[in-house]
Amino acid sequence: MVKVRVWGSLQSATDGRAEVEIEAGTLRELLDGLAEKYPALRPQLDRGVSVAIDGKVYNDSWFTPISPESEVVLLARLRGG
Amino acid sequence: MSKLHVTTTVNGEVQEFLCEAEETLLDVLRDRLGLTGSKEGCGTGDCGACSVTVDGRLICSCLMLGAEAEGREIETIEGMAEGETLHPLQRKFIDMAALQCGICTPGILVAAKSLLERNPDPTEEEARYWLAGNLCRCTGYDKIIRAVLETAADMREAS
Amino acid sequence: MALDTKQDTRTEFKIVGTRVPRPDGIDKVTGRARFGADMSAPGMLVGRVLRSPHAHARIVSIDTAAAAALDGVHAVVTRADFPDIPLDAALADIRDNCMAGAKALYDGHAVAAVAATSESVARQALKLIKVDYEPLPHVTDVDRAMDPGAPALHEGRTDESVPEDMSPNVMARYEFGHGDVEAGLKKADRVLRRTYRTEATHQGYIEPHACLAQMGPDGQADMWCCTQGQYMVRDTCAAILGLRQGQVRVTASEIGGGFGGKTTVFLEPVALALARKAGRPVKMVMSRSEVLRATGPTASSSIDVAVGMAADGRITAGFAELRYQGGAYPGSPVELGAMAAFAPYDLENVRTIGWDVVANRPKQAAYRAPGAPMAAFAVESAIDELARGFGLDPLEVRLRNAAREGTRSAYGVTFPAIGLEATLRTARDHPHWGAPLGDNQGRGVACGFWFNFGGNTCVSLNIASDGTVNVTEGNPDIGGSRASLSMMAAEELGIPYEQVRTVIADTASLGLNDVTDGSRVTFAVGLATIEAARAAKREMCRRVAGLWGIDEEAVVWKDGAACPAGPNAGDHDPMTLAEIAAIAPNTGGPIAGHHEVNAEGAGVSFATHMVDVEVDPETGATRVLRYTVFQDAGKAVHPDYVEGQFQGGAAQGIGWALNEEYIYGEDGILQNPGFLDYRIPVASDLPMIDTVILEIPNPGHPYGVRGVGETSIVPPLAAIANAVSAAAGVRMTDLPISPPKLRRAIETA
Repeated sequence: MVKVRVWGSLQSATDGRAEVEIEAGTLRELLDGLAEKYPALRPQLDRGVSVAIDGKVYNDSWFTPISPESEVVLLARLRGG
Repeated sequence: MSKLHVTTTVNGEVQEFLCEAEETLLDVLRDRLGLTGSKEGCGTGDCGACSVTVDGRLICSCLMLGAEAEGREIETIEGMAEGETLHPLQRKFIDMAALQCGICTPGILVAAKSLLERNPDPTEEEARYWLAGNLCRCTGYDKIIRAVLETAADMREAS
Repeated sequence: MALDTKQDTRTEFKIVGTRVPRPDGIDKVTGRARFGADMSAPGMLVGRVLRSPHAHARIVSIDTAAAAALDGVHAVVTRADFPDIPLDAALADIRDNCMAGAKALYDGHAVAAVAATSESVARQALKLIKVDYEPLPHVTDVDRAMDPGAPALHEGRTDESVPEDMSPNVMARYEFGHGDVEAGLKKADRVLRRTYRTEATHQGYIEPHACLAQMGPDGQADMWCCTQGQYMVRDTCAAILGLRQGQVRVTASEIGGGFGGKTTVFLEPVALALARKAGRPVKMVMSRSEVLRATGPTASSSIDVAVGMAADGRITAGFAELRYQGGAYPGSPVELGAMAAFAPYDLENVRTIGWDVVANRPKQAAYRAPGAPMAAFAVESAIDELARGFGLDPLEVRLRNAAREGTRSAYGVTFPAIGLEATLRTARDHPHWGAPLGDNQGRGVACGFWFNFGGNTCVSLNIASDGTVNVTEGNPDIGGSRASLSMMAAEELGIPYEQVRTVIADTASLGLNDVTDGSRVTFAVGLATIEAARAAKREMCRRVAGLWGIDEEAVVWKDGAACPAGPNAGDHDPMTLAEIAAIAPNTGGPIAGHHEVNAEGAGVSFATHMVDVEVDPETGATRVLRYTVFQDAGKAVHPDYVEGQFQGGAAQGIGWALNEEYIYGEDGILQNPGFLDYRIPVASDLPMIDTVILEIPNPGHPYGVRGVGETSIVPPLAAIANAVSAAAGVRMTDLPISPPKLRRAIETA
């Protein structure tokens, strides 16, 4: 199981939990798992999120491996100027 | 609509063109003579990207009509290098990284050349006030001012 | 498969870190470089846009018959010419922003466009278009737009995060943080609560938007435009106009500044629609007034902050509620502001709330570290005021609370090795910090943070038969990236810098590259360039192994040549890149290296800025006397252009703090759409801007590079406000600190 931190305003979609556990070995499995377990997260997942894995930010790379010890943080989609 | 026939000298060459009465000198340089080195950043004389000299005087070419060029001597950025030899300011701007995107660079070079022709030994403050009519959004002016002052020093030494 | 292929970050360089001349330098100092407005095509028409004179109005009807009938007019388009294709919400908003649909949502919103044989005919045609508007009540201020009774721009756009009883102008709510803020505030010796405001500012690139578009009867389109991303232009235009992406080829011109403002489209789909209708090339160039009225400024903001501090300077809790108005459509960068606000600090209790609000203003576009400067202004002002109130050194207070390796940031991520403390220590030890100040002078400091990005990147490196190398990449060069990429290619191949030429591909010549944004190019394209060079080196070693009749593993690349290595390699003279290239046809054909990646690992960035100002109490004018930037750049590939990014960001921040603002009248019309009244800093406004580059290598890049472009605009707003407040003896909480505002504040203090 991977522990995922979700930001405050998403916690209404995760039964008020700031940290949720998902069975996932890759970024894609993580995103699919989140959508399945917490359907209320779907609108935000569809709009786009970034995911920080051990401090590195990933946007789309599905095959990125995640280990149970990884620190995983869901972030609002990052964009720059 | 009838066009005006104008004969003028641009970068030492006699040029003839037809233009509409409302066309600016900048329009004529860019669209009729193919000299696109002068840029339009504002069209109101506030940014200096279109700086040229007319009879030796530094102006914004967006504020002068093309028809007023009749019989005048115009110098643009395209006339600044002599053949393949860059003007010392041009060389220095490259060497000291005094440009980033480069859109303001032609106007700033024309204005800086005009400054050094009048004042070969400007203070930093004089250079800053002379170039206050030339906007640059990338550099914060630091490297531009340094390049102008250093070129002035080089040119004084060389003369 | 993305694997953890961690390699040691290189630290010894021959070319990287030097100050070589940039490859586009001569073109740019001689006027030869071709920018957006500098391209022409045979038979070209001039395109112009008709814009709404109302802040908010229903478009009842548009009659274009008279304009279309005018001699010399070849096409007129309105929203009816943009097919009602189903698009995702973000693209639909871009379409509506490029050409208004049912309503004009701000002063300057495009409602129609014409293509004609000349500028004067086009202008005449615009006057013949009859638009029947039904003016509607408008709102331009962020706090007023949030009032439940405020005029509503849209209905039903609010997302699920927003409570139901709020104004329909509130689009989204974001919340970040951890710990217990209320408990933390109770532990403080003093709690400061203040509201800060910033006005919208424009990116202010000197080159207005420009585009040349053509489309043949075969449906093949070609575009030339100044943009931060030619692929973005292609994909957006194709989606909006119902074309296939491969039908549209976009070439990026030289770009005269962007700062985020050219990461989206305004003219491009309109120019293409006109060209399609007219069957002729159409060139469109904006005036400065159009740029200011109708292209992206950044958001204006209103921010409540509460910070608790113990008497020893420890921050016990931080709270910020940020309200950003991002113009007429959802998408202000408030969530980035809410994430970045407290990022420089190691806080046990922190919470930020962001509200994304729409108002009758132009759709905001990204502006250098979007969302972060306003948030940093609020938080860094509050920390400064508390520190000074306790009689503490504001730099020491920041050091005491600074985020470091292992800090759980306010936005959730635990930081790896970061450079904030290094910038603060260097600032404390710099002669600027102890220099004496005179009457009416003050010194301010502030910190700033930015995320930095990687993203989709594709690079091709081709070796010619004489050993010269072309790097083909897909990101417009805004501030010298071709030089940096050539340097990294030369470094990796072990050849002279002059032997490499980097060119920027059109969209048909290379795979997808994300826009030049997020300080990503030197990092991500640099990484891909190095990997492409490595692929070419592997291929050259393979060829040489074949020549020498030995194993590939027995050939290594060293100092620009393939060399035998290991006990069984035998005795061979090294073969240089040029020697290998010359016989390429005999050894397997052309030699090239490619790399495609969605780059990750950009590495966050921090800076500390220090500024001295002098205020004139009689006029309220502020003069910047001295400015020093301290920033972690990772490895600085070309130090001149790293310094240039630091200086340019500082200058833009100074403008934001002191002069620049969007001024709206009661009628909702922008009152200062020109460079005379929207005053960006000029040479005589500024001192030299000193820079100190710290090089803490980014482990996510083979050379340790991290993005540098955006962080430099984050600290200056607060650094200036803190300096002015110190000099004037009155705390300034509203930007810009224009002379009348400061004079009033001094008089009423």
